Amino acid sequence: MDPGLIQLDQGSGGRAMHELIDSLFVSAFKNPLLEERNDSAVFEIRGGRLAMTTDSYVVDPIFFPGGNIGSLAVHGTVNDLAMRGATPLYITAGFILEEGLAYGDLEKVVLSMAEAAREAGVQVIAGDTKVVPRGKADKVFINTCGIGTVPEGIDIRGQNARPGDLVLINGTIGDHGMAVLCKREGLAFENEIQSDAASLNGLVGLMLDAFPGIHVLRDPTRGGVATTLNEIAEQSGVGIRLFEEALPIREDVLGACEVLGLDPLYVANEGKVLAVIPADGADAVLEVMRRHPLGQASCRIGEIVSDNPGRVFLRTQIGGHRLVDMLRGEQLPRIC
Amino acid sequence: MKYLDEYRDPQLAKSLIERLQRTAFSREEVRLMEICGTHTVAIFRSGLRQLLPPQIKLISGPGCPVCVTANEDIDKAIWLARQPGVIMTTFGDLVRVPGSSSSLHIERSKGADVRIVYATLDALQIARENPGREVVFIGIGFETTAPTIAAAIQQASELGVNNFSVLSVHKLLPPVMRALLEAREVNVDGFICPGHVSIVIGAGAYREIVENYKVPCVITGFEPLDILQGICLLIDQIEGGRAEVENQYRRAVSWEGNSAARKLIDRIFEPADCTWRGIGVIPKSGLGFRQEWKKFDAAERFSMPEIAVKEHPGCKCGEVLRGVMSPPECGLFRKVCSPQDPKGPCMVSAEGTCGAYFRYSE
Repeated sequence: MDPGLIQLDQGSGGRAMHELIDSLFVSAFKNPLLEERNDSAVFEIRGGRLAMTTDSYVVDPIFFPGGNIGSLAVHGTVNDLAMRGATPLYITAGFILEEGLAYGDLEKVVLSMAEAAREAGVQVIAGDTKVVPRGKADKVFINTCGIGTVPEGIDIRGQNARPGDLVLINGTIGDHGMAVLCKREGLAFENEIQSDAASLNGLVGLMLDAFPGIHVLRDPTRGGVATTLNEIAEQSGVGIRLFEEALPIREDVLGACEVLGLDPLYVANEGKVLAVIPADGADAVLEVMRRHPLGQASCRIGEIVSDNPGRVFLRTQIGGHRLVDMLRGEQLPRIC
Repeated sequence: MKYLDEYRDPQLAKSLIERLQRTAFSREEVRLMEICGTHTVAIFRSGLRQLLPPQIKLISGPGCPVCVTANEDIDKAIWLARQPGVIMTTFGDLVRVPGSSSSLHIERSKGADVRIVYATLDALQIARENPGREVVFIGIGFETTAPTIAAAIQQASELGVNNFSVLSVHKLLPPVMRALLEAREVNVDGFICPGHVSIVIGAGAYREIVENYKVPCVITGFEPLDILQGICLLIDQIEGGRAEVENQYRRAVSWEGNSAARKLIDRIFEPADCTWRGIGVIPKSGLGFRQEWKKFDAAERFSMPEIAVKEHPGCKCGEVLRGVMSPPECGLFRKVCSPQDPKGPCMVSAEGTCGAYFRYSE
């Protein structure tokens, strides 16, 4: 048995699996609930509402500039909870490992998860390990479940947007999707584009402290800002007008998008939050956002309107207008 | 100078738009054909259409390489993909284009090994990594992509790679422009000529269009200011009764073009008759393999049977490609045909006219 590679034994429930769990997972995630090693983690939560979410991570490549599948799994799960105004508490992590995965790679992934969890203030309290034969999975897939508590008086949902609200974002768009695409396809530009993957619960907490009446929070992941705003427009029955000159985009991301013929509005983000806020609260929220490390480039990018309900429009840099539809299919680079 | 912001300057755009608005048009309608799919998308994305005076009508043309690929060529690609052991490699959008009864996308979900590549050299790499399998690359695109495909074939020969071949469905631009003008089906008062193709073929390639057909040709870049300036130059020519080749995209295009790229194409390929969707066979409008390179021709390597081609009833991609109809005038547009369930290639490609209208206009 090559100790450097994950073997089928390590998912079969026997000694090999227990050794892997103890030496890697429990050792990295280190918390009393996990260390009990029972079939479930049992804990108390003070009364009120809970938020619960689930996610699966299959990103390829598993290592990319700015993160890896493990840190991404924590950030993504934490963010889903934060987008409802919840305080994230606990995460579970189910691993599906491909036979032959390098142990060193798994270790890096797990240690990143542990660090991301520590920074976000959450604990990984339950997990599962399966190993499938070579070829039945792509190196590692991670499934998570996250749980958090929602403070009283907080009601953030996609249906809440109202005409007159403003649309804010905490920074540049398209970073994560382009970082992963360029790494996967071996597309090298002058700089290596970095993913923006990050846990946003700290930032969101400050935003809600500054103005608890925030209407909508949503992280523009797959499908990008365009798809997420379309979802909100449809759920709330409102129109959304974006301003092209206000969209914050890094030069290297814009350059890569231009070369490949991709639209940054449709490229995934993993460390960004779109906030729809009544106009009278927007300034206060922007101020606290800009003081936070994950919000220094925060800005207003659009507004909620009553015309064209369910649609999103862009006022272009030269004063024209165009529809910003939901992503249909996959964005593919242009041919010629 | 970074070539993006400067060419999107709102103030400069405003002055060009005002100049067009102030024009005393001598006719009710000026019809400009923007041949290239990238121009169609750029015009939509910048929201230019509504800013132009009502006399200027922009018509899309046959400049989307995916869209002009004939059903029979898609059917051939599907047949190849179904052959045991074949790895079919292609540029992005082609996988979703419907052929007579299937698409590469559907074949992939049934088990065919169809892989999207970003460059032809990637397909060659796949061939090198899989010596026991036949790797076929579908060569689509205009003169912009043909040199890279020729380079890959040349490299395959130098490296002694014997399991790599190309199904050549390349298209050439000047022949289709001539064919449209000869058909006299649609009136075109001026051409917004493609920027990227022109980098290879040179501005001089349009001289015969101007001389034989007296239609102004302006080679134009893709930023909003490029397109506005290109339109201004065309209007000036049309109102002034001139028909000349003008190069707005001087930062990238020269009169002679890229002779090294053309030599590369010429080494491997020669002009061949070719079927264009919606138009039919246009003489010498495609690229066929020269005799000494035929071992890399997928059409020669595999004995493909005759395939009965079926066109989708009601699909008006042909009319759209010829500039005769705009997508909203097609009975299937939005009602039956959408990017998720495309009935024809113009809806599939992100640079297809129907796809652009669907995504960007109400």
